[in-house]
Amino acid sequence: MSTFPWLLALLVVPLLGAALVMFLPKNSPKLAKQVGLLVSLIVLALTIGMALAFVVAKAADFQFAYSVSWIPAFGVNFSLGVDGIALVLIAMAATLVPVVMLAGWDDVDGSQGSVRGYVALILVLEAAIVGVFAATDLFLFYVFFEAMLVPVYFLIGRYGGPRRNYAAVKFLLYSLFGGLLMLGSLIGLYVVSARITGTGTFDFTSLANLNIDADTQKWLFLGFFIAFAIKAPLVPFHTWLPDAAAESTPGTAVLLVGVLDKVGTFGMLRYCLELFPDASRWATPVVIALAVIGIIYGALVAIGQTDIKRLIAYTSVSHFGFIALGIFVMTTRGQIGSALYMVNHGFSTAALFLIGGFLISRRGSRLIEDFGGVQKVAPVLAGTFLVAGLSSLALPGLSSFVSEFLVLVGTFERYRWVGVVATLGIVLAALYVLLMYQRTMTGPTPDAVRERVTDLRGREVLAIAPILIIIVALGFYPKPVLDVINPAIDRVMHAVNATNPPPDVAPVAEGTQP
Amino acid sequence: MSSLLAAASFDVPTIEYGQLSPMLIIFGVAVLSLLVEAFAPRGSRRPIQLVLVFAGLAAAFAAVVMIRGTQHIAAMGSVAVDGPALFMQGAILVLAFIAALVMAERQVDPLGDAFAPRASALPGSTDEIAFTRLGWLQTEVWPLFLFSVGGMLLFPASADLLTMFVALEVVSLPLYIMAGLARRRRLLSQEAALKYFVLGAFSSAFFLYGTALFYGYAGSVDLSAISDALTANAGSMWLVITATGLVSVGLLFKIGAVPFHQWTPDVYQGSPTPVTGFMAACTKIAAFGALLRIMYVALGGIRWDWRPMMYVIAALTMIVGTLFALTQTDMKRMLAYSSIAQAGFMLVGVIATNQAGLSGTMVYLVAYGIATIGAFAIVTLVRDSTGEASHLSQWAGLGRKAPIVASAFALFLLAFAGIPLTSGFTGKFAVFTAGIAGGATPVVIIGLVASAVAAFFYVRVIVLMFFNEPTSDDGVSVVVPSGFTTLAITISVALTLVIGLVPQLILDLANQAGLFIR
Repeated sequence: MSTFPWLLALLVVPLLGAALVMFLPKNSPKLAKQVGLLVSLIVLALTIGMALAFVVAKAADFQFAYSVSWIPAFGVNFSLGVDGIALVLIAMAATLVPVVMLAGWDDVDGSQGSVRGYVALILVLEAAIVGVFAATDLFLFYVFFEAMLVPVYFLIGRYGGPRRNYAAVKFLLYSLFGGLLMLGSLIGLYVVSARITGTGTFDFTSLANLNIDADTQKWLFLGFFIAFAIKAPLVPFHTWLPDAAAESTPGTAVLLVGVLDKVGTFGMLRYCLELFPDASRWATPVVIALAVIGIIYGALVAIGQTDIKRLIAYTSVSHFGFIALGIFVMTTRGQIGSALYMVNHGFSTAALFLIGGFLISRRGSRLIEDFGGVQKVAPVLAGTFLVAGLSSLALPGLSSFVSEFLVLVGTFERYRWVGVVATLGIVLAALYVLLMYQRTMTGPTPDAVRERVTDLRGREVLAIAPILIIIVALGFYPKPVLDVINPAIDRVMHAVNATNPPPDVAPVAEGTQP
Repeated sequence: MSSLLAAASFDVPTIEYGQLSPMLIIFGVAVLSLLVEAFAPRGSRRPIQLVLVFAGLAAAFAAVVMIRGTQHIAAMGSVAVDGPALFMQGAILVLAFIAALVMAERQVDPLGDAFAPRASALPGSTDEIAFTRLGWLQTEVWPLFLFSVGGMLLFPASADLLTMFVALEVVSLPLYIMAGLARRRRLLSQEAALKYFVLGAFSSAFFLYGTALFYGYAGSVDLSAISDALTANAGSMWLVITATGLVSVGLLFKIGAVPFHQWTPDVYQGSPTPVTGFMAACTKIAAFGALLRIMYVALGGIRWDWRPMMYVIAALTMIVGTLFALTQTDMKRMLAYSSIAQAGFMLVGVIATNQAGLSGTMVYLVAYGIATIGAFAIVTLVRDSTGEASHLSQWAGLGRKAPIVASAFALFLLAFAGIPLTSGFTGKFAVFTAGIAGGATPVVIIGLVASAVAAFFYVRVIVLMFFNEPTSDDGVSVVVPSGFTTLAITISVALTLVIGLVPQLILDLANQAGLFIR
């Protein structure tokens, strides 16, 4: 383990970058974008350096730990550290930020807010994302959890589409409400820890080792879980997502749906399960029911959408159902699948939103009915869109397949009928993706499309290519990510005191790891 | 100190001048300031007053720092000089200093400062126009301000109910007058003053009646004597309960807790805005200080009797304050209802009845006070040709017109909403933690839900300022103030951030203040 403070650097560099961008001259938006891209690439380089220094064998421990006392009166420390799951999520975020910068190069020119403000907000958001995944002190986690809202709120409200005000406020209120419920549980947890150990603490590892009685756990669990269910979002807490995603710029939508919402599922896995194991098992039936409803409902509603961005948003509702399902079936395979799904969903949704964004900005409309025959005029655009869509429907060979398969296998192991119903989600996914492709890309080309929709430019290809490469690479060889995730999942399974059900088929099936 | 009312023999009183020095300095300067009004020529009054006020506040603050750590009941048992009292006195002095900076502003209104040139002139009369043209300033506001600050210093330090009553009146009477001194919208201001006076006098009567009943029960108005009598379980419990209720009404009125809050929006709206900031911040600290002292020192032994009442009042205050704030269209009225809701959150700390509740409430008071003065200072800057543009719609697009001022206001709103990394979060966290530790979990849950609703109307203003286009040609602009207001806003912003980012500093201060001396 190296002594370089990787995590602190990952926090500080984007913040300094944001400050630098704000001090650039107002009338040179191009310079702001270049500096922003450079800073995000530095962050990516740092993340790669950190990933290389990460000791895979000890992926269950919090590595690169850094801790200073912050508010001794409340027992709060500024503590950072990453286990395998946090590492891959930070890596995903660090990869997506430069992609988003590059892909959305012209998105905010001529909008009401300033370009340098946009760039600075994205960098601030990146710092908050790193913080929220890396915090090992619950108070610090909460602070980043809430602090994250502010840049997103402004990104939607200042740079979004026509109903951006409504979407931004709805997003903020849902999140604030969830956050305050979590605050209640957080305070409760602190008081409980003070009662049990004599001194209150927010340190994750200490809190995970408390033996809180089952009734108290239930109350505390609810506060955290609802906050995460709003963030993730699970049905019925999802209604903010389609508005927020549809009204924001494609770049913001990527960061919001692809990265920020992962905080919800990440929080369920890390905090709900490990801190409140009894309550988590108690809540399992309800959560699984909500997750399955989310899978089916999200997919059905997606099929009925007329707006490309709303459609993509609803597909995510369905996918978040899968992730939550995998977490709460309490099997190793299900949880590994969910952790991997968080990464894969980030990339495939990013590809969909960004390519969809290219399409929408060319035609000037988000409505599916305004498109048709795009593959004749813009074959590269259509082709990449198809790959992104196929990844979203979990085609074997693309990354989402691995994770979705693991989740379903993990579900079958314990709840066979739930697995059967959830599998329907895959069929519906094929419907919504292929119907969208058919309606927009094939058939006769209307004049408006022929005149306006041009094929991808070099910059756009450069932005999209890395994501597609990752999607294919992880589809064929997910081992590096799985190796990092596995030990951390074992820790969670141990904490939640869950054992995998014995296989009731021939043990051959056990060995066929996808 | 039972000899206060029933003096059998005469003791020569001993007065600890050193320990009382913060109050003595302020009252001394107030008298000097009165003399300046009487004898100094009109033109030179303002500079002299300003020097007196700022030097007096600074000297009193220095005195508080000098006598820190004192634990003594001074002035023959009338004034408790202890950690919490000194903490609150220090806080009041700092906030009064910032508020005085806003009151000293003379540049934002082309006609002069925020106060009527002569309060006795009829609104709209030729006299008034003449005084305005002469450029007269109502410098009498300064001695009133100083007397009120002096009363505020005494209020949380009062060790017996009679001293507390006197302090209550010393705080209030100057405020009644100051509320009626607005230069613009004078009728509204005079209405506010009258309303505040009538209701204030009414609530003072409640307080006094409660004091009398306590005397009937304990044979003394001393807080510690009342506590002893309760421990000894002497006399009728109904007398104590009624007395507790009556005294609480008097204090809850000053705090602006529901159902004694009706005056707040009218008075906050009608008063000159710098005075609104001062009274919203400083009166609340003083009154909470007094309430905490009574509840913790005198009535700590029967907290199981008064806590249910306080549960209901805290919950009502949070809910009513929040819901009514949602419907307001005037900035000052919205801030008034917001301050009612904030008082509800602070009451959670009172209910906790533990050390953490005391220190948490004190931290919350400071955090709230700073943001409040800052917010009202910014309200004075947003103007059209007729004065302050306080209708919410006039704030649309302010972020475009004056990004820095709008950002500062947004920061104060985020602090009110209790967003992490601002001072408001520190306060809310401290109070709610104490509340749960003190077994008041249901009230804390109501508080959290109310916070979520409250966030809506704070955020709505941010949306209005940053995301909405300004209405064209409404003549609303952000006036560039002189150094006074700029400094006040800068200090408020800085302290809001410091208490949010490095809360340990103020938490240490509050924790070291310890408990009330008995």
